Amino acid sequence: MSTATPRKTGEWPLTLPSMVWLAVLVLVPALIVFVVAFRSADPYGGVGARWTLDTLRDLARESYLLIGWRTVYLSLLTTTLCLLFATPMAYFMARVSERWRHVLLLLVVVPFWTSFLVRIFAWKVVLHPEGLLKRALAALHLVSPEATLLYNPGAVLLVMVYISLPFAILPIYAAAERFDFSLLEAARDLGAGSLTAFRSVFMPGIRRGLASAALLVFIPSLGSYIVPDIVGGPRSEMIGNVIAQRVFSDRNLPHAGALSAVLTLLVLAPMLAALVLRSPQEEIPARRAGPG
Amino acid sequence: MRRSRFPLLVTVAVIVFFYLPILVLVVNSFNASRFGSSWQGFSLRWYAGLVTEREIWAALRVTLIVAVSATAVSAVLGTTAALAMHRHRTRLQRFHSLLIAVPLVMPEILIGISLLLLFAIIGLGLGIFSIFLAHVTFCLSFVAIVVLGRLEGFDESLLEAARDLGATWWTATWRVLLPLLAPGIAAGALLAFTLSIDDFVITFFVAGPGATTLPIRIYSMIKHGSPPLISALSTLLLVVTLVAVWLSQRLIERRA
Repeated sequence: MSTATPRKTGEWPLTLPSMVWLAVLVLVPALIVFVVAFRSADPYGGVGARWTLDTLRDLARESYLLIGWRTVYLSLLTTTLCLLFATPMAYFMARVSERWRHVLLLLVVVPFWTSFLVRIFAWKVVLHPEGLLKRALAALHLVSPEATLLYNPGAVLLVMVYISLPFAILPIYAAAERFDFSLLEAARDLGAGSLTAFRSVFMPGIRRGLASAALLVFIPSLGSYIVPDIVGGPRSEMIGNVIAQRVFSDRNLPHAGALSAVLTLLVLAPMLAALVLRSPQEEIPARRAGPG
Repeated sequence: MRRSRFPLLVTVAVIVFFYLPILVLVVNSFNASRFGSSWQGFSLRWYAGLVTEREIWAALRVTLIVAVSATAVSAVLGTTAALAMHRHRTRLQRFHSLLIAVPLVMPEILIGISLLLLFAIIGLGLGIFSIFLAHVTFCLSFVAIVVLGRLEGFDESLLEAARDLGATWWTATWRVLLPLLAPGIAAGALLAFTLSIDDFVITFFVAGPGATTLPIRIYSMIKHGSPPLISALSTLLLVVTLVAVWLSQRLIERRA
């Protein structure tokens, strides 16, 4: 109750180790990104000592604006598709028997644990010019035998959805599981069609789950780098690819820093929007009553 | 009442979507054909080929050294962090939990580039040690969240009872608190270990030319190597993954 209870004495020793670690290796580096954007590049691939605005001037180039726009656009599209698939699936999972629910949850969780690179590589095998999907589609005359399924924005979008979908299903399912399904039946008894009931009763009922799913998909999508790197081509480059090029090909760290600063601002925008839009009455009640 | 079949169809489609590419990959790893476009008979030649790939084994060694050390350090830091956040509801802890949340929400590439810039500015050479520092940083947050979840159901009065019965602070922590928390810490550590073994993006930025982990090796094989060899390696990794999932499920189901 007061600071005199014995448990309170342990706060600093328990807090300091992780807090100092994270302050040095997360907080300081996050600020460095912004500072470096105003520094000159040194010829050996490091960060120079001079202050300059050159990097920022470079960022206004048209090619960067196009890549920035493509990053936002592909991420928005990924988020929309993930919500479109995840919502009916979460609805289904919340309505089946306990046993099936367990099986489905496990099936959704396994990809989480599976190597990121392995899952992207699997799609490279499937989409490969000599691969299964291409041959099947060519045999059905859906694509011409010369068409390439890889190295275009469509392939990037497909694999981004593949990677992100579990992140959308889990929070929506968590919300759907708590949803009172008798409300849907009541809506139908009152004359609403299935689709109307789904849209105007179920969807608002799970909106918190939908919001966290959207954030969990959208934010990592903005930072996509390996997916466009492996299955994408020059027409599907995203900010992450350009950052990597500046680091590994040009050795221009200030430039990479400036692009990362832009990406950080892009990431912060939806998080701040989520905080502002969340109305006070929706706050979850304190999860736990403190013991003291 | 008539129920729409649509949700069922979407669910089946999503599950097929999730597993079809993985299935193709596994089947291909046993395919004698080099290009995997047609089935040319069952073969273990790609698995046999893995044995002689010395670089894979060297990379596996680096990966395991980093994963074991990063898991150990992040398990300790994550557990103390969770205890601090659980026991104290102060402004300091609000800031603390914000710091813990940052690596969970920050895109990996931003963690990687910002650590690279830090290391470049303080002049820390890139290699196994810089990878270790980076891995502890993101693993610690995951351990903290898992242990914190475990603490939500923890009965603090057990500790008070131990103290009332004459146990010292040390004995109460070592003999009561830690054994009760052990499944939570183990689940967090297992998650940290898996994340460390699997991490590519952050590692790629802070590894430098000297140290190659398994994901970095797989990445360069995807870029330049022979596809069936990667399929065989991926299949082996999938088996390890499934065992890890099974183990973690067991840990979560076991209640304290």
